[in-house]
Amino acid sequence: MLTGMKITEAADGLRQKKFSAEELTKAHLNAIDKLNARLNAYITVTADAAINQAKEADKKLASGDAPALTGIPLAIKDLFCTKGVKTTAASRILENFVPPYESTVTSNLLRDGAVFLGKVNLDEFAMGSGNLNSAFGAVENPWKRKGEDTFLVPGGSSGGSAAAVAAQMAMGATGTDTGGSIRQPAAYCGITGIKPTYGRCSRWGIIAYASSLDQAGPMGKSVEDCAIMLQSMAGFDPKDSTSVDKEVPDYRAACNRSLKGMKIGIPMEYRAPGLSPEIEAVWQQGINWLKDAGCEIVDVSLPHTKYGLATYYIIAPAEASSNLARYDGVRYGRRIAGDSLDELYANTRGAGFGDEVKRRILMGTYVLSAGYYDAYYLRAQKVRKLIYQDFMNVFDKVDVLLTPTAPTAAFAKGENQEDPVQMYLNDIFTVPASMAGVPGLAVPAGLSSQGLPLGLQLLGRPFGEETLFAVGSAMEKAANFTHKPTLLAGGSL
Amino acid sequence: MEVELTDKKQDSVLDKKIVQRVAKLSSLAVKEDELATYAADIGGIINWMEQLNEVDITNVQPMVGTEIAQLRLREDVVTDGECKEDVLSNAPERIADFYAVPKVVE
Amino acid sequence: MSYVIEGSTGPWEVVIGLEVHAQVISQAKLFSGASAHFGADPNMHVSLVDAAFPGMLPVLNRECVDQAIRTGLGLNAKINLMSRFDRKNYFYADLPQGYQISQFEFPIVGEGTIEIELDDGSVKNIGITRLHLEQDAGKSIHDLAPKETCVDLNRSGVALMEIVSEPDMRSPEEAGAYLRKIRAIVRYLGTCDGNMEEGSMRADVNVSVRKAGEDYRTRCELKNINSIRYVMQAIEIEAKRHVEIYENGGEVDQETRLFDVARGETRTMRSKENAHDYRYFPDPDLLPLIVEQSHVDHLKSTLAELPDDKRNRFQSEYGLPRYDANVLVAEQDIANFFEKVAKGRDGRMASNWVTGELFAVLNKKGLTIHESPVSAEALGGLLDLIADNTINGKIAKEVLEDMVETGDMPADIVERKGLKQVTDTGAIEKVIAEILVANPDKVEQYKSGKDKLFGFFVGQVMKVMQGKANPAIVNELLKKQLS
Repeated sequence: MLTGMKITEAADGLRQKKFSAEELTKAHLNAIDKLNARLNAYITVTADAAINQAKEADKKLASGDAPALTGIPLAIKDLFCTKGVKTTAASRILENFVPPYESTVTSNLLRDGAVFLGKVNLDEFAMGSGNLNSAFGAVENPWKRKGEDTFLVPGGSSGGSAAAVAAQMAMGATGTDTGGSIRQPAAYCGITGIKPTYGRCSRWGIIAYASSLDQAGPMGKSVEDCAIMLQSMAGFDPKDSTSVDKEVPDYRAACNRSLKGMKIGIPMEYRAPGLSPEIEAVWQQGINWLKDAGCEIVDVSLPHTKYGLATYYIIAPAEASSNLARYDGVRYGRRIAGDSLDELYANTRGAGFGDEVKRRILMGTYVLSAGYYDAYYLRAQKVRKLIYQDFMNVFDKVDVLLTPTAPTAAFAKGENQEDPVQMYLNDIFTVPASMAGVPGLAVPAGLSSQGLPLGLQLLGRPFGEETLFAVGSAMEKAANFTHKPTLLAGGSL
Repeated sequence: MEVELTDKKQDSVLDKKIVQRVAKLSSLAVKEDELATYAADIGGIINWMEQLNEVDITNVQPMVGTEIAQLRLREDVVTDGECKEDVLSNAPERIADFYAVPKVVE
Repeated sequence: MSYVIEGSTGPWEVVIGLEVHAQVISQAKLFSGASAHFGADPNMHVSLVDAAFPGMLPVLNRECVDQAIRTGLGLNAKINLMSRFDRKNYFYADLPQGYQISQFEFPIVGEGTIEIELDDGSVKNIGITRLHLEQDAGKSIHDLAPKETCVDLNRSGVALMEIVSEPDMRSPEEAGAYLRKIRAIVRYLGTCDGNMEEGSMRADVNVSVRKAGEDYRTRCELKNINSIRYVMQAIEIEAKRHVEIYENGGEVDQETRLFDVARGETRTMRSKENAHDYRYFPDPDLLPLIVEQSHVDHLKSTLAELPDDKRNRFQSEYGLPRYDANVLVAEQDIANFFEKVAKGRDGRMASNWVTGELFAVLNKKGLTIHESPVSAEALGGLLDLIADNTINGKIAKEVLEDMVETGDMPADIVERKGLKQVTDTGAIEKVIAEILVANPDKVEQYKSGKDKLFGFFVGQVMKVMQGKANPAIVNELLKKQLS
């Protein structure tokens, strides 16, 4: 099966002429045809353009001048603006928006020969942890609990990306991570994903949710696949004032580095009393694997990390309330008429945004409004600084932190939904690294008793992605996670 | 990690009037029957955020940016613009080369 | 006499503070690479950043920062080495982002002070509170379509400096002098063209009134006034409105108002009716702006000469009275013109000719110094002809008129018209003798003590000699012959 391969394998196969890029792309388009009606991972499939790109890739491969991702079919989160291709952010308000520009990250992937299969689903404006907040419908996780057909969520917000990769409807996908939106769905769908250091990938052309946290990253079938993709996606961009002018190292090479003498920190605050024994067991398993690989295990403390979530839910909505002000029905997007300009705004935004987006806009507006700025936003930014300092302190002692990625395995549609705070708790392990801007890699580590994937998270120093790839590869090897989801290209439906 | 959930029904810090004011500031049409739900939801979240009050933030500078990079400046050179059709390409309504909105009275 | 409004309850003092919005002279906009120049077709000078398309990001223009620093130095103000950009959130048709990027908490320029000079020669210091950088909004055009407002984003994102004064002004005249001084400073520095008619400099005026010795009362903000004259008018009208309200037992509401020039009144701005809650917070797309002191020092060392410095130099270098020097430095172009004329010549004479005869010509023709039909070189040539006694002052005025009409050089005109001054004593003596013979009665009266007739004889001589006689020689010879 062409769709069953990793990027590393496909790249070799293409160069050895075992199959063409066109065949590879068509195999994935077939998988989409077969699975998307059920999984709803793709919002837009660009089949014709993909085949054309694949044909171009074949020419390049034939000429011998083919960059790493030549002919590799990828799914693009519908938060990345793609030139001439509808970009919706999974929102009604952008349902007809066609950007006349290409985001820097997707431009980089195109430069390196990637084929884009289409735009994948997400929580509206990346706000959510279950991909239930999409104007174009929820995404179904291709994994099933043993003996059940319950609709499980793929995680969010990059749920479409995670589901597409897990179900082999794409070889890899772009995601964005604001509080865990790459790592948590990767864990729920049994794939690998990395949120790079803030500033590593350009934000230019990515629809903003929370500017000080948003970061693009790859989601793939292996650590090495993610390394290859990040190699292409990352890099300095003068168009993004927060992009950091730092050379992109050879991430793929880093995957084979030795771990001898490396120090792995285990943050005690992540051992919450409510942590499920299954997650706890996988975590301990991970510790043992790294010990076996020659690492030293060190207990560390991140005392302010428990405030990460509350801090996040002040800062992210505050920034979002301002970032989403541009969706007003004047220059692009959906417009709902009104007798006055004020009415037009209120109608357009009232009808164009979904409930969760509106809730976060209202919350963000509230915490920034007169009299509350100091009590909420300013205080949160100070606590954020303490969280950041916690990380910097432990990174004086250890190279990497090992934690679970999410507190549970994928949950079912309908669970966790009665209370927004309950839903927000899914991000509890991923948010602190977002607040500190440090990179985080999620790797599948095992299955729950119900047969659902469980993931472990590695957190590194700012711009310590190479170390994460090295440790992640070792863990991946030890875990030997070869399980496949129920709903799969070529699998039974 | 211990995260306490407070009972939002107990003393919601938000009433419908505040939600209405905030909705107006956000230019969001919110239906009358949604006001109470938003008040309860957001009030609950706000209550939950009060946990931050227990953190000692004396002499702590707020985090700005990422603490890693410095602001970069661009040179004063015209490199962009002159792309009227791109700018107007998605306009829901235009009159000649202008965006059009309902008449505004100053 | 200080300015007061006489009400039925006695005199009221007016308290005025100004917020000047000055468009920065730069090639590109504050945060995008689109052109900052005026006069393009609608939405031509607009990038996708300026139109706030999804995912577009701001990158700060270095020159705009430098221009703000230069202006701050010109205002004798503190330059803040750390400043920051904040978002000011509100919805408006010509504000594409839904927020304006401005500097709220940490402006690039802090407190400063400038000196203004009033017509009576008195000098007053006006405090500057701050100067910050911000984005201009686009333009809403209300009269193009019957039911719609048309939006042009050409100005969206152009850099503005907002210069905020302390409430230190007490009369329309002081406000006018302040605005002229600000305009002169930014023009001298080349940081803003100061053209209020074109909107590149606008003023928001805060006005309140009070009785002597009171604390400040409620102020109203008059928005976006685009001429110094209107600012002065608006202050007077608004202050009188306040006095009237107070004297009728009412209270003034703090609000934003619009000055209606045609009706000569101010009124509440509908679009600003709701008190705004701008929800300022640091723009997360930008990091704090750090400026090195060495860079500020470098800008300071290359700063253009400021109006006050130039005035002091004109006083000492050319021996001009302060008043005259102030008139010359009010506009940089005039000061430059003057210096070209004065160089190597008598400074006071140059000043008199520029502010006297030349200004009269320009006023009459409605021209600016730029459009002067007489160049500085030509005027200098004319002064040279006076200095070397080729022509006298009176003839020089006639020559200037000819220069204005024909554009010819003064020496050529003198030559062509034969206006060269007669200094030949023999020729003058001959004419004097004829005049005295022709007017024996006047000679008699003069000799019996009617001194005033001396002027009559001078006039007669000049008339016969078509004004070309050297007046000093005429005087001398006449005195001799009449004694």
